[in-house]
Amino acid sequence: MIEVVRPGPLTTVQDLGRPGLAALGVGRSGAADRRSAALANRLVGNLDGAAVLETTFGGLVLRFRQVARVVVTGAPCPVRRGRRGEAMNAPFTVWPGEELVLGAPTSGLRTYLAVRGGIGVDKVLESRSTDLLAGLGPAALSEGDVLPVGRDECGPLPSVEVAPVPDPAGFGLTVRVMPGPRDDWFTAEALRTFATATYEVTSESNRVGVRLTGPVLERAREGELLSEGMVPGAIQVPPSGLPLVFLADHPVTGGYPVIGVVLTDDLPVMAQARPGQTVSFRLVSAALPAAA
Amino acid sequence: MNIRRCGDQALLVDVGDGGIDAVLGLYSALSDPRPDGVTELVPAARTLLVRFDPAIIGAGELAELLAGTEPVPAQEMRGELVEIPVHYDGADLAEVGKHTGLGPDGVVEMHTAAEYTVAFGGFAPGFGYLTGLHPKLHLPRRATPRTHVPAGAVAIAGEFTGIYPRSSPGGWQLVGRTDIPLWDPARRPPALLRPGTRIRFREVR
Repeated sequence: MIEVVRPGPLTTVQDLGRPGLAALGVGRSGAADRRSAALANRLVGNLDGAAVLETTFGGLVLRFRQVARVVVTGAPCPVRRGRRGEAMNAPFTVWPGEELVLGAPTSGLRTYLAVRGGIGVDKVLESRSTDLLAGLGPAALSEGDVLPVGRDECGPLPSVEVAPVPDPAGFGLTVRVMPGPRDDWFTAEALRTFATATYEVTSESNRVGVRLTGPVLERAREGELLSEGMVPGAIQVPPSGLPLVFLADHPVTGGYPVIGVVLTDDLPVMAQARPGQTVSFRLVSAALPAAA
Repeated sequence: MNIRRCGDQALLVDVGDGGIDAVLGLYSALSDPRPDGVTELVPAARTLLVRFDPAIIGAGELAELLAGTEPVPAQEMRGELVEIPVHYDGADLAEVGKHTGLGPDGVVEMHTAAEYTVAFGGFAPGFGYLTGLHPKLHLPRRATPRTHVPAGAVAIAGEFTGIYPRSSPGGWQLVGRTDIPLWDPARRPPALLRPGTRIRFREVR
């Protein structure tokens, strides 16, 4: 068992989420930075679907009541186990009675903690993820919560002392975007601005989406778009003209035009964007390739 | 039918004038079984979002498959029929009666007379947008949304009627309430109302 001494600003349990249920109004949810979460699981020998802790802006303090093999990945932060410092991306053992403290990240936003065996909270619709928008899964962690260590299927412990991964960038971010499906709702000028301007991440951002401020994107057509399906990475432009990039807990459908969608491989970069950081979009072709 | 790119793992099929029937027809044709590589289908008012796994099917190949899919005709879609018992005592019933000139009893009569179909969801887990509402009951949303609509509230807005599965903010006109559980994560499937489900409302006093 793991006791939550302090949860920090926001810590949730996340796995790969609930894919395939959007027609029932349930989004996928799951870890916002899926790459860091997957790495964490691999470093302690878990399967990819094991639940991890996703903590935003650090500040998490846990007390372990049992021995556990753990690892910390994602946004790099000071990690302290009892009186010892530990490294990021390097698995280590926590002993019963020890406290594990994650400080504020030096770059990026979301830090992941995996425990061998997974976090063993109850599943809702086959997933242990907290979906903050839909209100599904376990509540965000609170002081005094006690989390069971799971008994998920594990593989052998990998013989890796430290995984060589780059830290999230601490300066301007660039992500690749495929235009559409509603880029035709915007003026040519707006599309040019979108592809060349620098936007800044606002503090209104959360697991639902990254809100941006910068030049306003003007529409070529008026009227309302009827609600349609949304995907993670969709860049929706509400009447304010300021884009919002959807993350893991995005709504299943939405009624504002989507000017472009961040490539899946670049979503972890968006998920690590912190308020004040700048983002620019690089357009890639959206032409449909001919069938093989 | 217009097929648009929606990132590297989804296509958005716009059925245009085909409307909700065409979306549901395409959704039915692709639902059971889903083509290999299709991971998710999200029907909406005029579009069907098709998410796919690019390791299994390419975007071009999927676009061709979608273009060649015959939608199931509306008259052949006979989804499960669910009867919903409703207490017609909603906070906006009198207002809706006045606005439509039907009076509260006339609204209840008209709302219970029709058969509805769940066209799509998306607002919250278990919420369905039901089509089939009599045009006389097509009313705009409230100018100021309520911050709290109770679970089970039966409401109308535009061309749709629906039931709030849990308490939430909302701007629809409330005409009644039901005790029937719409959403239960322990049930398979968890939602009572799914795209294609047919609905009748029955008045209980």
